[in-house]
Amino acid sequence: MSFVINNISKSYEETRALRDVSFETNEGELFGLIGPDGAGKTSLFRILATLIFPDEGDASVKGFDIRKDFREIRKILGYMPGRFSLYHDLSVKENLEFYATVFGTTIAENYDLIKDIYAHIEPFENRLAGKLSGGMKQKLALSCALIHRPDVLILDEPTTGVDAVSRKEFWDMLKRIQKEGITILVSTPYMDEAALCDRVGLIQHGKLLSVSKPGDLRFDEAMILYSFRCKSGIYEYLSKIRGLQGCSSAFLFGDEIHLLVNGKKEAEELERAIKGWNVPALSLKQITPGIEDYFMALMKSEKHDDLMSEEH
Amino acid sequence: MDIIRVKDLVKKFGSFVANDHLTFHVEEGEIFGFLGANGAGKTTVMRILCGLSAPTSGEIMVAGYNVYKEREKIKQNIGYMSQKFSLYEDLTVSENIRLYAGIYGMRKKEILNREDELLERLKMEEIKNKFIRDIPLGWRQKLAFSVAIFHQPRIVFLDEPTGGVDPITRRQFWEMIHEATKEGITVFVTTHYMDEAEYCDRVTIMVDGRIADLDTPRKLKEKYNAKNMNEVFLKLARKAKNGDDK
Repeated sequence: MSFVINNISKSYEETRALRDVSFETNEGELFGLIGPDGAGKTSLFRILATLIFPDEGDASVKGFDIRKDFREIRKILGYMPGRFSLYHDLSVKENLEFYATVFGTTIAENYDLIKDIYAHIEPFENRLAGKLSGGMKQKLALSCALIHRPDVLILDEPTTGVDAVSRKEFWDMLKRIQKEGITILVSTPYMDEAALCDRVGLIQHGKLLSVSKPGDLRFDEAMILYSFRCKSGIYEYLSKIRGLQGCSSAFLFGDEIHLLVNGKKEAEELERAIKGWNVPALSLKQITPGIEDYFMALMKSEKHDDLMSEEH
Repeated sequence: MDIIRVKDLVKKFGSFVANDHLTFHVEEGEIFGFLGANGAGKTTVMRILCGLSAPTSGEIMVAGYNVYKEREKIKQNIGYMSQKFSLYEDLTVSENIRLYAGIYGMRKKEILNREDELLERLKMEEIKNKFIRDIPLGWRQKLAFSVAIFHQPRIVFLDEPTGGVDPITRRQFWEMIHEATKEGITVFVTTHYMDEAEYCDRVTIMVDGRIADLDTPRKLKEKYNAKNMNEVFLKLARKAKNGDDK
């Protein structure tokens, strides 16, 4: 077990950042923590990186306790924070050398581990880190987090604000790092990245909503999800669909509307009603939920209304 | 009618060509999506269209005004919102509304009249005296959008408006965009979420400072034989040589 998290809670003044969070990661696993901004992802990572203490609960990294054994943890952990935190006024190479030295190693010793990543920025070795583009900063930060060959790696939203192509490249790099036997804990606000993880934890308002393999996300038996498509003007149908009896939610999903129905009988009636509208080029079919459908259903059951008073 | 007309737009920074002969138009009342890899030149275009940066060359008209000579006129006819910066955290909800309305040139009486109406519509009456930093991100984004169109501009520019928000809020945000277009506002939007590209009437995909393609999502998907806009984007943007790492 690489990360063991038991009943962790953390508050900042009135904000409850983490509420009784527990989960474990397996050895060598790529575990994704998925949730929007403010969900508590960064607080949890800072606790595991021994940068802050939880108010309640305990946690360990590779058997080392986050309170007692923080020195040991820092030796075996690579941490890439969400905000670029390398030295802007040092060059690419100087940053990497600095991190290697802090951990008592050299670039040469672990070069093979970072080679694939570092090769992209090596031509700009003498450029100041502050002058790099976003994608290059990201690669340098990852190289620095890996230079001491850590056993476990924590990446806080490495792909936020990064375009779809660079995101894909980054995930390919993570897969290669995982093959080296390194356990990776990564957070992201992009739901579509869930499919790339071995397991995912969904988090919202400091609460862990679920942990599962991305392919295992299922609704309750009674909940039936439909995809609605039509020729054009799909937005116009949204409020009409929401007005139907038995429809518990309906949202746009790209060029479809996903509508959730509670109960088989209700589903049949709703299907009949929609077919009666004579929608041009209608396609209405039952589908299995994706990660966003699942997350949204969990969010709704979390009672939206009282968040305002409770959250802040 | 075209509300934005761009012909042969070129923008250089020293020897670097950020925008390389762009030609396109935006129709009044449409949702116009502007996609591209980091560094493809999206923000540069948006800054020029907002009158914040002068083009190197090209003919550009926004809301009937010339971007070289009539930048102040342009600013009065547009709204702008970005994820990175939108509202002042140490001002209250109500103070932010009044501040922006004032900056956009609205009269005090009109502001006071319409403020209550807006707060009611957003169901934010009870929190109007709370600081922005104390309200959840999703609420902030909705408020920021409402503030950007409060003065009833003809065009609103949205620069990655939904980054980091939860999937329900993201969709509610897009429903607000659709409602705004019903009032005749034209929407010019950039995003990294490819499902959101599907909500646009037409989409431009920028690669290396050029327009790689521009069409309705349906036609783009047909043309590139793609299941969704993500595939279209990957097919076009992967050809980029210097997209990110220049």
